[in-house]
Amino acid sequence: MSEARAQASRVGQRNRDWYIDKAVEIIVFIGGISAIIFIVGIFVFITKEGLGFLADTFDFKEFFFSPNWRPTSEANPTYGILALMAGTASVTGLAMLVAIPFSLGAAIYVAEFATGKTREALKVLVELLAAIPSVVWGFIGLSIMNPLIIDLFNVPIGLTVLNAGIILGLMAAPIMTSIAEDALKAVPDRYREAAEAMGATRWQVIFKVVLPAAKNGLLGAVLLGVGRGFGETMAVLMATGHAINIPTSVFDSVRALTATIAAELGETANGSDHYQALFTIGIFLFIITFLINLSADLIVRGVRKG
Amino acid sequence: MSADPKLEIRDLSIRYGDHVALEGVSLDVRENEIFGIIGPANAGKTSFLKSLNRMDMFNPAMKVGGEIRFNGEETRNWANVYELRRRIGVVFPLPVGLPMTVYDNVALAPRLAGVKNKAELDATVQRCLERAALWDEVKDRLDSLGSLLSGGQQQRLTIARALSQDPELLMLDEFSIAVDPVTTMRIEDVLKELKEEVTIILVTNLVQQARRLADRTAFFLEGQCVEIGDTEDFFTGEVADPRTRDYVEGRFG
Repeated sequence: MSEARAQASRVGQRNRDWYIDKAVEIIVFIGGISAIIFIVGIFVFITKEGLGFLADTFDFKEFFFSPNWRPTSEANPTYGILALMAGTASVTGLAMLVAIPFSLGAAIYVAEFATGKTREALKVLVELLAAIPSVVWGFIGLSIMNPLIIDLFNVPIGLTVLNAGIILGLMAAPIMTSIAEDALKAVPDRYREAAEAMGATRWQVIFKVVLPAAKNGLLGAVLLGVGRGFGETMAVLMATGHAINIPTSVFDSVRALTATIAAELGETANGSDHYQALFTIGIFLFIITFLINLSADLIVRGVRKG
Repeated sequence: MSADPKLEIRDLSIRYGDHVALEGVSLDVRENEIFGIIGPANAGKTSFLKSLNRMDMFNPAMKVGGEIRFNGEETRNWANVYELRRRIGVVFPLPVGLPMTVYDNVALAPRLAGVKNKAELDATVQRCLERAALWDEVKDRLDSLGSLLSGGQQQRLTIARALSQDPELLMLDEFSIAVDPVTTMRIEDVLKELKEEVTIILVTNLVQQARRLADRTAFFLEGQCVEIGDTEDFFTGEVADPRTRDYVEGRFG
């Protein structure tokens, strides 16, 4: 009788465990949504900073289709990013030409051929390569690649699309290797066994079965590399020559969107048209990289079954 | 029965590192028979099949000892192991519909062997799918993904794929564990017909399946081949080892 009464008096009570549990839940929730808060915050910030320009001076046709980026002109400043887009696109494109064979080859070797210690060592090395700061890569472009290209191809300047493309390709290759390797590892072993049992050679197994089965993940890896290329700033700033130019060959100097922001933002008056135009470039970059990463993510998850 | 056995195995042993998977197995598989292998898990049945088509080659942990002669020729003397494997079809326990179309699944083996002629491939695909009792169900959707078929259909697709190699020997490893009973019966009927053309090794955990299909049966237990005999003898109690009778009658395993 008294036990039942004791229980009745406890039914409505919450004890310490319950509060701790609730607190932990809230803390973890805050951690979880912080990424969303930050990304929304950044987008709001750069949009706000670029808003004045977008509302007043922004001329859609000039911004996207004029190759003239002359923000500091006294008489007639123009804000055309066509040459900058061409710079970013050419460097990224060449970087992918360099990175795709390297990373795909490395991923196939690590996932399909290497065993034991070799495999572990290679994986660690690839991750280490991904951790090299971009300014170091830029330094290599500036002090090693530059004279090398001048000597090798007998051109007046070595800070070119070629230089930045190779540097950026080597920078993007490790992360692409990592993701491509994950994609290959995700192909079930029973597929390989089935093909082997049919008398497929190892290359046939890889080309006819493993690569087709992993194609979504591999495409995702490439797209992440492209995203990396668009977003990279320091190495590109140091290796491209930073000259506003629509390139006609790989031996032309160019200037990238990101490098323009990095180089000029410190020189502008806060709130000026130039300042706001740089933020508009930022918005543009943000949207592009967001779209690239989003599609990479969707493809890796196989939402788009091809 | 022809005089020379299709497969002669002498003192076969299989090790994974220190672990002994199979030891001292000697047996013959005759041409155009269904040779059943029964036994509980970890008896070494699957390892046995893997050793026959030299799947140990890319598995450094797997060590195979003893002799395996296929058509009288030691398998280790085949310079081109891929050629050997093309003569031996394998059907795995879980259906493996490769992530390509139904057509490509069946055309894969001929294509690997270098066949490019479309008409020839078409004919092979149709013939193999018909023999695997799958043609009527998939003939209108040869272009859909093989991995999207139902489990039973995928298993018949796997059989069609194995047949597309024109194998002399077909090995089935517990093919029915992911297949419904009706499909199992259909596949069993297919196997009875196939026996006319190919030699079949049937590893099964269903004792009754071995009874329905196998001409002769071997009983594997804990890495040993306990007994080999005519399948009917296993069920009439004419066995040499009491463990065989216990297993067949379901007293352990």
